[in-house]
Amino acid sequence: MVATNSEFPLTGPLPSTSIVTRLHALVVTVDHKKLGLMYIASALVFLVVAGLMASVIRLQLAFPNNNIVAPDTFNRLFTVHGTTMVFFVGMPIVAGLANYLVPLMIGARDMAFPRLNAFGFWMFLFGAGLLFFSYLGAPGLSGHGSAPDVGWFAYAPLTGRAFSRGNSTDYWTLSLLLSGVGSLSSGVNVVATAFSMRTKGMTLMRMPLFVWMMVVVSAMMFIVIPPLTAAQIMLLFDRFFGATFFNTQAGGSAVLWQHFFWIFGHPEVYVLMIPGFACVSEIIPVFSRKPIFGYPAMVGATTMIAFVSMSVWAHHMFTVGMTSVGNTFFAVSTMLVSVPTGIKIFNWLGTMYGGKIRFELPMLCCIAFLFQFLIAGLTGIMLGAVPFDWHLTDSYFVVAHFHYVLIGGMLFCIFGGIYYWFPKATGRMLNKTLGLWHVALFFIGFHLTFDTMHIPGLLGMPRRIYTYDPGRGWEILNLITSIGVLFQIAGIACLAWNILRSLRKGEQAGDDPWDAWTLEWATTSPPPEYNFETVPLVRSARPLWDLKHPEDPDWKYE
Amino acid sequence: MTNADALILPDESGAWTLPSRRKVALTCLFVTESSMFTIFVVAYLFYVGKSLIGPYPADVLETPIVSTICLLSSSVTILLAERAFHRESIGSFRAWWALTVLLGAIFLGSTAAEWKRLIVNQHLTISTNLFGTTFYSLVGLHASHVVVGLILLTLVLVLSLRKSIRPADGERIQMISWYWHFVDVVWVVVFSVVYVIGR
Amino acid sequence: MKQQIQFAIRSWRAMCTRSLILCFISFLMVVPAFADGANSVTNIFKPDGPPARVIFNYTMLVLAICGVIFVTVMALLIYTVARFRHRKGDDTHEPPQVYGSNQIELAWTVLPLIIVFVLTLVTARTIAEVQDAPPPPKAVQVTIVGHQWWWEIRYPELGIVTANELHVPVSDAAQPRPTFMKLESADVAHSFWIPQLAGKTDVIPNRDNLMWIEPVTPGTYLGNCAEYCGTQHARMLIRVIVHPPGEFEQWVAAQKRQAANDVQVKVGRDLFFSTSCVNCHTINGTEANGKFGPDLTHLMNRETLGSGVVLNTPEKLRAWVRNPQRLKEGCYMPDMQLTDEEVDQLVRYLLTLT
Repeated sequence: MVATNSEFPLTGPLPSTSIVTRLHALVVTVDHKKLGLMYIASALVFLVVAGLMASVIRLQLAFPNNNIVAPDTFNRLFTVHGTTMVFFVGMPIVAGLANYLVPLMIGARDMAFPRLNAFGFWMFLFGAGLLFFSYLGAPGLSGHGSAPDVGWFAYAPLTGRAFSRGNSTDYWTLSLLLSGVGSLSSGVNVVATAFSMRTKGMTLMRMPLFVWMMVVVSAMMFIVIPPLTAAQIMLLFDRFFGATFFNTQAGGSAVLWQHFFWIFGHPEVYVLMIPGFACVSEIIPVFSRKPIFGYPAMVGATTMIAFVSMSVWAHHMFTVGMTSVGNTFFAVSTMLVSVPTGIKIFNWLGTMYGGKIRFELPMLCCIAFLFQFLIAGLTGIMLGAVPFDWHLTDSYFVVAHFHYVLIGGMLFCIFGGIYYWFPKATGRMLNKTLGLWHVALFFIGFHLTFDTMHIPGLLGMPRRIYTYDPGRGWEILNLITSIGVLFQIAGIACLAWNILRSLRKGEQAGDDPWDAWTLEWATTSPPPEYNFETVPLVRSARPLWDLKHPEDPDWKYE
Repeated sequence: MTNADALILPDESGAWTLPSRRKVALTCLFVTESSMFTIFVVAYLFYVGKSLIGPYPADVLETPIVSTICLLSSSVTILLAERAFHRESIGSFRAWWALTVLLGAIFLGSTAAEWKRLIVNQHLTISTNLFGTTFYSLVGLHASHVVVGLILLTLVLVLSLRKSIRPADGERIQMISWYWHFVDVVWVVVFSVVYVIGR
Repeated sequence: MKQQIQFAIRSWRAMCTRSLILCFISFLMVVPAFADGANSVTNIFKPDGPPARVIFNYTMLVLAICGVIFVTVMALLIYTVARFRHRKGDDTHEPPQVYGSNQIELAWTVLPLIIVFVLTLVTARTIAEVQDAPPPPKAVQVTIVGHQWWWEIRYPELGIVTANELHVPVSDAAQPRPTFMKLESADVAHSFWIPQLAGKTDVIPNRDNLMWIEPVTPGTYLGNCAEYCGTQHARMLIRVIVHPPGEFEQWVAAQKRQAANDVQVKVGRDLFFSTSCVNCHTINGTEANGKFGPDLTHLMNRETLGSGVVLNTPEKLRAWVRNPQRLKEGCYMPDMQLTDEEVDQLVRYLLTLT
């Protein structure tokens, strides 16, 4: 089954085989590390593609009454940008990190179901392909539009056959259905791996927090992705068989779609965010030289977030005309999420407090994350405060808020993760100077764009408009927002160049460049196909600390 | 490493057992499926009585007593088949297993007959009204799970007749049985929603 | 290595300084926007009338609470990073290993819970105050119907139908005269938002939503459709014209008149009734009673065309009739393929619809 892979290990000089053979090896691989890297690599490619789409959007909005793209083109851009970023950048990065790291961190040889793992990856890639193929395939015979233009949350009845003719919405639906199947297979795998494949001595409360959080995220997926799948099936029935789930002319409800979508959509934010927390929870202790503060509290807080986040969805719908009691309920549950989230922030601060903080690149990303996530959390409270939200929802404030969460929060964590684990995955360090340029440029660009973007929302600028008239005080703010994009592009270019360059010329990393404590650093960099020759005995949450400090091991304090 | 290894802590001397990965994965699948069925059930209940035009459930639905009894009793027969498998009495296993397949097929057949009656005689299709939309989706989603189950059951039956099932496959058999029980439980919910509450 | 760390710290400091400066600059740029007194203001911090004022006061409280939390946690973060940074020449010992503390965990669980509790009480009260306010008997009743991409505005009690510009009387504390709106949609979901007058409320097909405004200063207030509704979502603007006392009644009287019927523009009028204009538009007192487009009975009474896409001047009206697609690409009014002369005649007729 895995015979083909062993001919082409990631270590050592590349074998002199043809490109076809090497690609074939990638296609047939079931190795969790290769699949993990394939997930992450495709996610980064889609990040660049969807990022360029965002750049066109910002170019169009840089000046009032701009005419760079047509209205329909603009609507397609933000729909595909949003869909891609959530489903084909966020989700595969989560799946990729989990795939690569979970088995290594629990001392397993592979995931529980290697072939299911490969199946999940290809489902995701095929789903992404369908979305982008709509640009070519959807015009087809019908002659109506190309890519979907209904927005990433695709509110009914705009998606009905009456308002969305042609096939663009069908491409969107099918692409999400497939990628949902992919995410679920990967989720089942992560949970089964973490529960059934741990090495001897690694009890649940000794699992690295990263693994804990990935398990929680996967468990959340089981509950929140099926509602999206169900809603997509209903939409397909509506569009193909003339069913009337969301057909308001036949008595269907437009609000029901919103409920179904956000039952998925809001927890989805945590599905994307918690893996960010997972990276931070590994990086901050190592670079503060202290164990995580309050391990059980972190596990508890993560689980709490998962539970509470499933009862907050309708805070996206405070303006649809729910009763005041309904509005109040969802406001309270939304604010309650801030409690476990606050516990996490304080625990990370508690970890840093009293440590010896080394400002390596992963740590810099984490500090930036803490700062930005604090702001994102506070604007989140503002959005949860219903009367304030009546103004903020569907304005540019909410756009700024969720980009703050997903870029300022998640993406900075992912950057940290890339700097932290790149040496493990490739055996080479990323260049530090280039890395600092990347982090600095991206940090500046991020703040130029998204700090500024809050304000037009407060000044009444709704989201998803392809242009606006001058005179409402939006012009200069939109221009600054757009200028920030240039810095972000420059930053990402530094990162891309750094990755490509370091793959060949990077400094040799050695097995454990950061002097870290979890099991993945106990094997070689990159790890062999079988991961470990021998797995150290696990007696605490930091097995390598115990090895390195036999005079003061963790297990004495458990 | 030497110092740490010299010490043997109590929890390391015992056996290191972890749950079966198949059972964990199947449990995850059940959570997923339940979540999906919940949404269809919610849609069904939300639209009860909201159809703008007929036919309405009270006029056309007939309670499928016989097929429900068949499906529920197939849960018992598959349990007996599983027990027989563990006793390694292969003849008894085949008999009970074949009976399960038969009961499942009867259920599916009567669903088909019900649909034919509704479509041909009552002119109720998925696009007629909200009742038709939600009815065919929910019952159809369950029926599609029965189909998957029947395929798996038949596969095992064929393999067992060809004598290519070994005692080591016990857990696999058990997983199929779990799935079948799940489909049964879902039917109880669908039955109460469609034929009891929704009417 | 040390140099690199120093560089990291230095660039970090530079970044922090720079972002602070940027925040300050952007704040400076907001101030003029906040101070702008013209009627193009859509600033939520310049509320007018009770519902917007209630929301504004609540908003300020939320901002204050969030501000305090921000300053506290930021101070903690900066202190921790600065105080516990790795120092030169300290490469030997690991810091003391601390695993956690239940008392501290409890403290930072309970404190936020208390804040959430306080916020909950205020929120519930504010929601009820705005959402559950009963309409007084003197309230103006309006039905607003969202269309792709314009607003139909009906005054069922007054028998008036207009579009895109909502006329309401000013209200004062002695004689409150709020406007209560029933929101309906003819096609997809929209959202009605006049930032200075109230928060937004969605306009959803097959569902009646309610909202109210009570402006206390005469003038024009702007707003946008705030729910994505298709191609021209951006060009679905709203104007609320708040009339000083007495003027509203005059406006109502003017709107109740039949449409003008000027014999001098008979050619243009005949053109209107012989082309498909009549299929979509209504002109009171004539056989034109289409419902798909805006009512044109008193077209020239409106300030804008195409739901706010251009000001309603004779030149712009001509350009609009010539080819609406050039001003509002994708809108449902087609290019009628009229000759220049026909356009002139038609516009001459439309100009009489005051």
